[in-house]
Amino acid sequence: MWDSEYAAQLLPAFLPAFAVTIGATITGFMLAVLFGLLFAIAGRSAAAPVRWASRSVVEFIRSTPLLVQAFFLYYSVPMLTPVAMPAFATGVLALGLHYGTYMSEVFRSGIDAVPRGQWEASTALHLSKRKTWISVILPQAIPPVIPVMGNYLIVIFKETPTLMAITLVELLLTAKTEASATYRVFEPYTIVGLLFLAVSLIFSLGIRRLEKKWSFGRENEKGGLR
Amino acid sequence: MITQIEKQWYDESAENEAGHALSPSLRPAGGKPIVRFRSVRKSFGELPVLKGIDLDIYPGEKIALIGPSGSGKTTLGRMLMTLEEPTAGTILIDGEPLWAMEKNGKPVRANEKHLQKMRGKVGMVFQHFHLFPHMSVLKNVTLAPRSVLKLSKEEAEELAVAMLRKVGLEDKLHVYPSQLSGGQKQRVAIARALVMQPKIMVFDEVTSALDPELVGEVLSVIKEIAKEGQMAMLLITHEMEFAREVADRVIFGAEGLIVEEGKPEQIFTNPRSERLQAFLQRFL
Amino acid sequence: MNAPWLDWLPMLLDGTLITIQVALLSAVVSIVLSALAGLGSLSRYAVVRLISRAYVELFRACSLLVLLFWVYFALPFLQIELSKLMAGVLAIGLNIGAYGAEIVRSSVSAVSGGQREAGIALNLSGTQRMLRVILPQAAVRMVPPFGNLMIELLKSTSLVYFITLSDLTYEAMVLRNNYYVWTPYIFGLLLLIYFLISSCISLVSRLLERRLAVWR
Repeated sequence: MWDSEYAAQLLPAFLPAFAVTIGATITGFMLAVLFGLLFAIAGRSAAAPVRWASRSVVEFIRSTPLLVQAFFLYYSVPMLTPVAMPAFATGVLALGLHYGTYMSEVFRSGIDAVPRGQWEASTALHLSKRKTWISVILPQAIPPVIPVMGNYLIVIFKETPTLMAITLVELLLTAKTEASATYRVFEPYTIVGLLFLAVSLIFSLGIRRLEKKWSFGRENEKGGLR
Repeated sequence: MITQIEKQWYDESAENEAGHALSPSLRPAGGKPIVRFRSVRKSFGELPVLKGIDLDIYPGEKIALIGPSGSGKTTLGRMLMTLEEPTAGTILIDGEPLWAMEKNGKPVRANEKHLQKMRGKVGMVFQHFHLFPHMSVLKNVTLAPRSVLKLSKEEAEELAVAMLRKVGLEDKLHVYPSQLSGGQKQRVAIARALVMQPKIMVFDEVTSALDPELVGEVLSVIKEIAKEGQMAMLLITHEMEFAREVADRVIFGAEGLIVEEGKPEQIFTNPRSERLQAFLQRFL
Repeated sequence: MNAPWLDWLPMLLDGTLITIQVALLSAVVSIVLSALAGLGSLSRYAVVRLISRAYVELFRACSLLVLLFWVYFALPFLQIELSKLMAGVLAIGLNIGAYGAEIVRSSVSAVSGGQREAGIALNLSGTQRMLRVILPQAAVRMVPPFGNLMIELLKSTSLVYFITLSDLTYEAMVLRNNYYVWTPYIFGLLLLIYFLISSCISLVSRLLERRLAVWR
C-alpha cells in the first residue's frame, strides 16, 4: 500500500511547490496585515461614509468564500479592467483581502484596548491624525495582538491549497498532478497532508510559546509598576 | 491515602464521647451531635488553612463562627457541604463519615453516590448568592425539589411559594434574578436552600457582599428561621450583634484553630483569650 | 445586451440546494463533534480528555482542502470508499467540529464555579448540574461564536467543488463555460448568493441569542 520508493521520487517535485506555498503564505499574510490595518483605521474614520463603506466591505468579504473571491479576481477582473494578474499575484491578493478582514478585527481589539487618554494626550500635543496613529496608537495596539496575528499566519498557510483552483502550482496541485500521472494517489496526498500537519503544528507550538512569554512579560511589567 | 481513611474510620468506631472538647455545660440537653468534626485539617498545597478542628454541632443548635479573615471559617463550612475535601481528620454527619465509606468491609474514600446521600442533610447559602441566572425565582427554588426529591410540579411549587413567602418574596415568583436587589437575591437563595429541608445549614458570610442598607432584611429573615428551631445552623459571620442575638454558642477561630468557644454573653462580654479581646476591639 | 439571468436560475437553484444540503449535514456532524470533544476536554477521565484534545489539535492543524482530498481520493486505497457528499460532509464536519469544540469548552468553563457549587449544595447530580445549570448558561455564550463558525462552514462548503460535487460554486463554473462573456456577472451573482445565505445564518444566530438570553 505505502511505497516508500515512490514517495521518495515525489520529493523533488514537492520541494519547489513547498516554496510556492510558503511564499504565498508569507506574501498573503503581509497583505492581510496591510489590508487589516487599512480596514481597521477606515472603520474608525471620522467620516461616516468611510466608516460605513469599510465595515460593509469587511462584512461582505467575510461572508463569502475565498475560493469564489479568487475566481472573481482571476477570471473577472481581466474582463472588467485592463489589468491581468498572474495566478500567484491574484492568489496572494485574494488571501490578503480575505484575511485582511479578519485581521482588521484583531487590530480593532488592539486599538480599542489603547486608553482614551492616549488620544486626548495626542490632541493636546497637537499631533496630526497621521502622526497620532503611527507614533502613539499603533505602537501600543499591535504588540499585544501579535500572537493572534501569528494564528492567522497558520490559517493562511492552511488556506493556500484553495489557490490551486486558479492554477497556482502549490503543494496540493502538485500532488494532484503527480497522482494523475502515475495513478497512485495514496502517497502524494498523504505526504502533502502530513506536511501541512507538521508545519502548522510546529508553528502553533511556537506561537503558544510566544504567547506565554508575552503574557509573562506583561505581568512582569505590571509587577514592576507596583 | 487509605491508611489515612482507615485511621479516620476507626477513630469513629471507637465513638469516644469523653475525648471531645465540648464541656457539658454547653451541650444542649439530650440528643447526639448531628455533625462532628474530629481533628479536621485542610491544606491548600503547602498552605495549612485548618490545623486540627474538633467541633460538635447538636440538632437545632445555632452556632456562630467568628474570626478574622483567612482563619479558615469558610473552609470549614465548605468541607461540610462537600465542596472541599479535608486533608486529614473525619467529619461525621449523623454518626456516618462524610468523606469515607465502607466497601467490602473496608474503609475507602467516599464516592459520588455516598456524597450525594450525605449531602441531602446539609444546605448552604453563599456569600455571592449563586442564584441560577437563567431561571426565574420560582424555578430557582423548585429545581432541586423536583430533580432531587422527585416532587411533582404542583408539590414543589406549593413548597417553594411557602418558602418564598417566609422570606417575603412571594410577589417575585416569575422574575429573573438579574432584576432583584442583592438583599432579595440572598433571600431567594435562602428559600432555595431551605426548601430542601436540610438538618444543618451553612450560612457563609451571607451579608458580606451586600450594600449596608440591605443587610438588615437578610439578617431578619435568618433570625425568623432560627426561631423556628428544628434546623441546626452554622453561621459564618462578621455581624457581631447578629451572632450575639441568634447563636446558642459562639466559636472564635483564628489561624486555623478554634481559640475560644462559649455562650454569646461570655464570648462578647467576657472574652478570655487575648486574641479574642483584640478581635472584638475592632467591632466596638 | 442584457445578462440572461433567467437562464441561469435553474442551475444556480440546484447548486444552492446542494450547498445548503452539504452545509446542514456537516453542521450536524460538526455540532455533535463539538459537543463531544468540547465536553470531553473537560472530562474527569484523563483518557477522554486526551482523545478530545488530540482530535481538536489534529484537525485544527489540518488544512481542510487537503483533508477533503485525502478523504475522497486517498481513503479508497484503505478500502474506505465514500460518496462525494459523504466525503465532503465528513471532512468539513471534522474540521469545523474541532473549532466548535473549543467554543464549547471555553463557554462551559466560563460559567462561574459558584454555579457548580450551588448545584452541589442543592444536591443535584453531576448530570443534572450540567444539563440544568451549566449548559443553559454556556449556551448563551456559545451562540454568537457558533454563528460565526457556521458562516465559516458555509464558506468551506465551496471546497466540494474540487471533488466535483455539483454545489453552487460548481454550477457557477459550469455556467461560466456556457456564458463565458458574462463571467463577471456570474461570479458577482455567486458572491451575492453566498452573502445572502451568510446573512440568514447571522440573523438566525442573533434571534437565537436574544431568545436564549431573556434572563440577562
